[in-house]
Amino acid sequence: MLRVDRLSKRYGERMAVNAISFSIEQGETVGLLGPNGAGKTTAIAMISGISKPDGGEVTLGGLSLARSANAFKRRVGLVPQDLALYEELSAWANLQLFGGLYGLAAAELRRRAEAALALVGLADRSADRVKTFSGGMKRRLNIAGALLHEPDLILLDEPTVGVDPQSRNAIFDNLEELKRRGKTLLYTTHYMEEAERLCDRVLILDHGRILADDKVAHLKQQYVNLETAFMQLTGRALRDGAES
Amino acid sequence: MNTTAIGSLIRNDIRLYFADRRAVIVGVLVPILIAAFFGYVFSGNGRSEDLGKIPIAIVDEDHSSVSRAITADLAGDPLLQVSALEYAEARAQVKSGKQNAAAVFPQGFGEQSTQSLFSGANKPKVELLVDPSQNSDARVIEGLLAQYSMQEISKEAFNGSYGRQAIDSYLEQLDKLEQTPLRADLRTFLSAARKLNSQIDSAADPGRAPGAGASSGDRAKFGLSIPYTVASTPVTARDNAPYNGYAHSFAGMAVQFILFAGIDAGVLLLLTRQRGVWQRLRSAPLSRSEFMLARALATTLIGLFQMTLIYLAALLVFKVRVEGSWAGFIAVGISLCLLNATFGLMLATLGRSASTTRGLAMMATLLLVMVGGAWVPAFVFPRWLQDVSRYLPTRWAVDGLDGATWRGLPFHAAVLPTLVLVGSAATCLLVAIWRFRWDE
Repeated sequence: MLRVDRLSKRYGERMAVNAISFSIEQGETVGLLGPNGAGKTTAIAMISGISKPDGGEVTLGGLSLARSANAFKRRVGLVPQDLALYEELSAWANLQLFGGLYGLAAAELRRRAEAALALVGLADRSADRVKTFSGGMKRRLNIAGALLHEPDLILLDEPTVGVDPQSRNAIFDNLEELKRRGKTLLYTTHYMEEAERLCDRVLILDHGRILADDKVAHLKQQYVNLETAFMQLTGRALRDGAES
Repeated sequence: MNTTAIGSLIRNDIRLYFADRRAVIVGVLVPILIAAFFGYVFSGNGRSEDLGKIPIAIVDEDHSSVSRAITADLAGDPLLQVSALEYAEARAQVKSGKQNAAAVFPQGFGEQSTQSLFSGANKPKVELLVDPSQNSDARVIEGLLAQYSMQEISKEAFNGSYGRQAIDSYLEQLDKLEQTPLRADLRTFLSAARKLNSQIDSAADPGRAPGAGASSGDRAKFGLSIPYTVASTPVTARDNAPYNGYAHSFAGMAVQFILFAGIDAGVLLLLTRQRGVWQRLRSAPLSRSEFMLARALATTLIGLFQMTLIYLAALLVFKVRVEGSWAGFIAVGISLCLLNATFGLMLATLGRSASTTRGLAMMATLLLVMVGGAWVPAFVFPRWLQDVSRYLPTRWAVDGLDGATWRGLPFHAAVLPTLVLVGSAATCLLVAIWRFRWDE
């Protein structure tokens, strides 16, 4: 379904993403793992159409991002790492905007906004301003914002960062529900247990290159667990550079 | 074109604007309050009796009939509030700002000024102590002082004791000099003046000794005075329609605060770029031109909302009237709001951080509106600054609104201001399009 072919991005002298290639099948959940500065967010930005690649190509169901950007974007939902919400507005108003960006209006937009809020458990808080929400509620609304146009592929950039275990569990439930509905998920995270619970397959990325692309079960068989695989492949050196 | 997305973005920007209700109230109330203040200060009520009098001290060290008469004339002038003080006290009060000026009549002023009227020599010096922050008042005082001095000194010269002595003395000096045709003519003139004085004395008081001077009642009939009167007629939209100073102040404040709204819109865009929302916008099927169009339209609508409320207050509370073309007024208003929108977009593309951009934009806007005549009419500026202001869109906006309101000008007078504003908006838009970074 999603094909990434020799995708590259350079920032000055630094190669943030270095000719990565992979593909994801319909309904698959793939974890994109890597230490800080490995290139995960840059890769997500290029696949979602936010950032122009210096080289390579991205296609979704045969649609090229470079040649048919709008049609491509209509089939992709992005959950950014930073909360993509207007805190001064209500949850409902936020969803009205995000749905409207994809051409949804009136009754259809209302129906989908209600469904998205119900999925993330915020139906009874739709009229409240986002700034009154807890961190976990904001993260769930952040996910709801990416679901309104019913995308085939959902890109999630560290969707559980900074939330308590209860909220994280609720988010997992939401993502598992999406998985059950046949959605394709590409998921970046630092938490190995999240990848083990949710992902069918993981890509381990470091210094802009893919070091491993394998089924979770196979990696666990090979390295005992994902944590060990991650540490052995990426090394123990501290990564204090900015995430890219 | 993704019109649904554009509509959603516009609706969202308007929601964001109204979400901060305090900012909405401040954005509408503050310009109304400032315009009301400026309108009142610049005689917005149109009643001259409400204007403040200029406080001036008179130091009379001469105590002559001339100095007393000038002091009385000044005290009777409706523009002045006169206090008689000693020199040291007068100086101290000017220094402290209690008096805008102090005129000092030196000892011998009456006699010397009367003599020098004919001879031109030994002119006494009237010292005028002025508050340097009140230069325009000092000019008014100089003018009134000259007017009343000429009036009283010429009276004294023809009818008063100093004048008679001066004529006698001058005739004696002429007798001692060699006779020339010019001196002969002067002698004839002065002799005629002496004869006239005698006749006045006889007519006013038959028992009065010659040379004792005319009574004050008769003296008032003689002497030089300004040989005309001035009737000021305000040229406003209609005959007998009083000038409403609020019309100008509301035009100025509307321009200023609508530009401030443009700054807010620009800063909001800069802040949006720093938020996660920006990534969501960028990942949506939305083009750069659709995004910029939506922002520009939303800011224009917000500006129009603000302008409507500001002018509603002006119309309903302060009796400002669109005496000229309503179409011209609306054309200038819409083009001003377009300028405001593209100005905000341009700021967002040129600025780096929100706080720096806000600070610099505020400074630039205040300069634009001040020099554009939004605070005080541009005619009070030096000539070079008036010339500079003609190149500023703010000046055209204020002139356009003034033209449609209190000047009562027809639609064609609003065409040029509208074109200038639309042209400035287009320039800002071009800069914004050139500098706008859509791709990361």
